[in-house]
Amino acid sequence: MKVNLRIWRQPGPHAPGRLVDYSIDGIDPSQSFLEMLDALNEKLIKEGKEPVAFESDCREGICGNCGLVINGVAHGPKAACTTCEVRMRQFEDGQTITVEPFRAKAFPMIKDLVVNRSAFDRIMSKGGFVAVNSGSAQDANLQPIHKDDAEHAMDAAACIGCGACVAACPNASASLFVGAKVSQYTWLPQGKVERHGRVLKMVKQMDAEGFGDCSNHAECEAACPKEISVSNISRMRREYTKALLAGV
Amino acid sequence: MINPKDIHISSVIKKLLTGITGLSLVMFLIAHLIGNLTLFAGPEVFNAYAQFLHHFMHGMFIRFAEIGLLGMFLIHIWSAVSVQMSKKKARPSRYAVEADAGGASKKTFHSLNMLVSGGIILLFVLVHLNHFKYADHEAIGTMRLSNGVEAFNAYKLVVGSFQANFGYVLFYMLAMAVLCSHLMHGIWSAFQSIGFTRPSTLPYLNLAGKAIAIALALGFFLLPLLIFMMRGTFDPNLGPETIRHAANHFLPLLAG
Repeated sequence: MKVNLRIWRQPGPHAPGRLVDYSIDGIDPSQSFLEMLDALNEKLIKEGKEPVAFESDCREGICGNCGLVINGVAHGPKAACTTCEVRMRQFEDGQTITVEPFRAKAFPMIKDLVVNRSAFDRIMSKGGFVAVNSGSAQDANLQPIHKDDAEHAMDAAACIGCGACVAACPNASASLFVGAKVSQYTWLPQGKVERHGRVLKMVKQMDAEGFGDCSNHAECEAACPKEISVSNISRMRREYTKALLAGV
Repeated sequence: MINPKDIHISSVIKKLLTGITGLSLVMFLIAHLIGNLTLFAGPEVFNAYAQFLHHFMHGMFIRFAEIGLLGMFLIHIWSAVSVQMSKKKARPSRYAVEADAGGASKKTFHSLNMLVSGGIILLFVLVHLNHFKYADHEAIGTMRLSNGVEAFNAYKLVVGSFQANFGYVLFYMLAMAVLCSHLMHGIWSAFQSIGFTRPSTLPYLNLAGKAIAIALALGFFLLPLLIFMMRGTFDPNLGPETIRHAANHFLPLLAG
């Protein structure tokens, strides 16, 4: 199959960027979107042109490294999957596909389709961990955890930190990411010890990074490759209120 | 446990304030609509209701309610506008192609235009207050209630206003359509903002929010229209039998 591509090219963080048209033929519908971009880059290199910079690592939807906005949708047209899991059969033969980077002030541009998502790491460093001394390893069944709580914690912990929630949000808010991380710890007894300080610190860092505020569009949940529910954002707000009340 | 340095006017506090004030204003709307329905019971009942509101707790109740409502409005506007202001700062360069992810998304025309619909509602409230609250009450006159009390004839003001000019009725109907749009996203969003939604309740709160939005807006939408349609029978000067007259006049209209 053949596709026409409009790809965002930007040589550096402060250089002006623009959409550049490319055309590539001989694509197998079973190829992944990133394999198609690999083919395009090989072609560009052979022609002596600068290849398109984009990020990827595991290419099986678990590392959170890849992330492109394809035709206006973060991670492309297929629900509940990362960019690397998008296959070319999801597009029409001859279709024009626009490829852009995740756009947010808190994700500064590096080059072409690559942005810096370190803001998420800085939020995690403020509370995305359990710091209490837990001693030597206990028997796994010593601390009973309700099955439902374990499931909810696991659902929140499925977040791979790809940043699609920010990219998809009309306000570029990171509420779903922070909500998932806060929820993940508060469902479990180990995380409850530091719950109040954690939510206040992580939200403070989120605001300091320059992410937008949330307007409850829930577009983040729709774009999330792990289908993390916006009810985690609600839980973050509940935790925040409890923390404020605990401080009174 | 908590370091006071970690507390600031955060994005979460802004959402909590928007949600609390939004839900309080919805509660006010429900009470306001129920109160307005007494119009259909005739001038005696409506004027007695207005008289009660203005003299309950020696007039303190209405003062506190007004100050509370003004406060709610100001906080709601400030927090909502500041949430919207963050939007442009957080994404300085827009996408060339903008699309919806579909699925679980609740991004709609209503949710994207909350600031516009909110602004129109604010203008409506100013016109509404100017017309009814700050009307020339002496020119309207009073009505002697059956208990002998001389009460302001609020009924005459309301019914007279809507029967005199269909343009005014139309203005109210348009404003209520905008209110409906605001609440279609606003009610469920308020529950989400105050941290009330859970995985199990989220879809129901979303549905209930839309149902309340439609019911409220429809109530306020129909009120001026019905009063206008009952011209001639819905007379400001008629006694408590108005409702019977109105029913006799209106039911055949509905039937065909």
